Amino acid sequence: MEAVAAARPRGRRWTNVFERQGVLASALIAPAVIFVLALVGGPLALAIGLSFTNATSGHLHGKWVGLENFRHEWTNPAFEHAVWHTFLFTVISQVIVLVGAGLIAHALTRKFRGRWILRFLILLPWAAPIALSLMAWKWMFDTSYSILNWTLVHAHLYKPLEVPQYLAQPKIAMGSVIAVHTWRILPFAVVIFLAGLASIPKEVNDAAAIDGATGFQKFWSVTLPLQLPIATVALLFGIVFTATDMAVVYILTQGGPPPSFSTEMVTTWAYKTGVESGSLGPGAAISLFLLPVLAVVSIAMLLFARRSEVA
Amino acid sequence: MSAAFREKGLSYLIVGPFAIVLAFPFYVMVITAFKNQTEFYNPGITPYWFGKHSPTLDNVRFLFHHTDYTRWLANTAIVGLCVVGITLALAVPAGYALARLAGRVGQSLGVGIFLTYLVPPTLLFIPFFWVINQVHLQNSIWSLVLVYPSFTVPFATWLLMGFFKTIPAELEDAARVDGASRVGTLVRVVFPISLPGVLTVVIFSFSLVVNEFVYAFTFISPSQHAMLSPGVYTNLIRGDLPEWGAIMVAALIPSIPLALLYNTFLDRFIAGFTGGAFR
Repeated sequence: MEAVAAARPRGRRWTNVFERQGVLASALIAPAVIFVLALVGGPLALAIGLSFTNATSGHLHGKWVGLENFRHEWTNPAFEHAVWHTFLFTVISQVIVLVGAGLIAHALTRKFRGRWILRFLILLPWAAPIALSLMAWKWMFDTSYSILNWTLVHAHLYKPLEVPQYLAQPKIAMGSVIAVHTWRILPFAVVIFLAGLASIPKEVNDAAAIDGATGFQKFWSVTLPLQLPIATVALLFGIVFTATDMAVVYILTQGGPPPSFSTEMVTTWAYKTGVESGSLGPGAAISLFLLPVLAVVSIAMLLFARRSEVA
Repeated sequence: MSAAFREKGLSYLIVGPFAIVLAFPFYVMVITAFKNQTEFYNPGITPYWFGKHSPTLDNVRFLFHHTDYTRWLANTAIVGLCVVGITLALAVPAGYALARLAGRVGQSLGVGIFLTYLVPPTLLFIPFFWVINQVHLQNSIWSLVLVYPSFTVPFATWLLMGFFKTIPAELEDAARVDGASRVGTLVRVVFPISLPGVLTVVIFSFSLVVNEFVYAFTFISPSQHAMLSPGVYTNLIRGDLPEWGAIMVAALIPSIPLALLYNTFLDRFIAGFTGGAFR
């Protein structure tokens, strides 16, 4: 003990503090943790605070109104529609995404010619900036020059004047919004699935092959159960990215087509109330209705992380 | 042999149609971007290919000479670089420490930080809007430099934690035995090997910044201060007759390089992502 102390060069006590594992760890982690708390925790607390006031963008410090904002939205038909649309939007798109991504990822793990380019094409919708690729969809959904309708007419499936108006007819608009979001999120789920498949040890497949399992048997009793955890992760991410997405709906329909708000989501409703109309308090209250969804997903993630740690 | 052949055929059969559907809007983008404007308003000419007066660079010229597109590109680049810098400064040390020094607590803390990545802009834009009004940063790109690390730091910390776990601890032990200090080991041994991982984080953080729409759209209105996506959306599409050709050029220019980088670094991304989750 003394020998170590003697060997320590003088005047370098400060450096030596960092030789202690705990001190170094805290010094390295603390900035990130403090930063994240300030930039995520802070605003979240502020959102909760604002939701109990009638603050507007003109009067940033509003008066305390208690639960009034929540009560008002709870009985507001516009909000009720927004919740229902968000639910449909999330459930339908996630079902398609999970099935599609499972199939694609499984096929992509095999080696075949042209795999790189096919993977590139499949990942395009997720890799490209969403607001910009939505421009292509807006053009494809154009009322007069839609490439989709041009095709339908030329295939003699529709008469020129009866073609669907993708963003102007309520039910069809909802379908379009769901389709585009599915298109966008599917590649992301493929990435998560690929990550999951990469973590399955090769030995498992080899063992199954030695035991004489055929392609389908192997898929059903080996790959599929092993894919279940990763499917859960993809689903949890998918729910969060869908229920809280605003770009797709806002850019395509702005919650319309008018006058019935037939594609209004919780997010676009919060945006219109809080930012466009400047009612910060009510807007914050609306967006906070998403918090329970987030909480459930986070808890599920934590449980999952703990389980995979033990395994 | 024939079973393998059948499996390959099945792969094409599944992946092929999906690839066509998923990439189709980008095909439309390319055709429209280089098409003569009167041609894409003419139903007599197939929308799947060019007419007599195409391909043309007219739309590219319009975009660069008659809009603020280069300003939007520059603004996006500036914000991206600043955010990536801040992100690395915070996430590299944290990711390393969480992976190596903090043990089980580190794992839980890592998951905790990662979960904040899931707190969406749609929950935070109202309080951020409030803060930005308070500090008078409306219509300035610095508002975004302030806000964007709220999602890039958690994301990058998680990825880096995964990367550092894949580096064998023996390398550091060897350096320490040779008399290097912990900080010295970090700077001279750990960071150089983790460079590919750091590069991956740079690319994915940058692409998160380019992709973001809600904050960029909410905080900044004047065209000359706008980011790429809101710039194109607000200034090119809201007119009576959108300049579809120029809009498609505007969309293609950032999309293609980002997608190429994304694919090139995808395998590393997957390694980092699972390295953090499944060890």
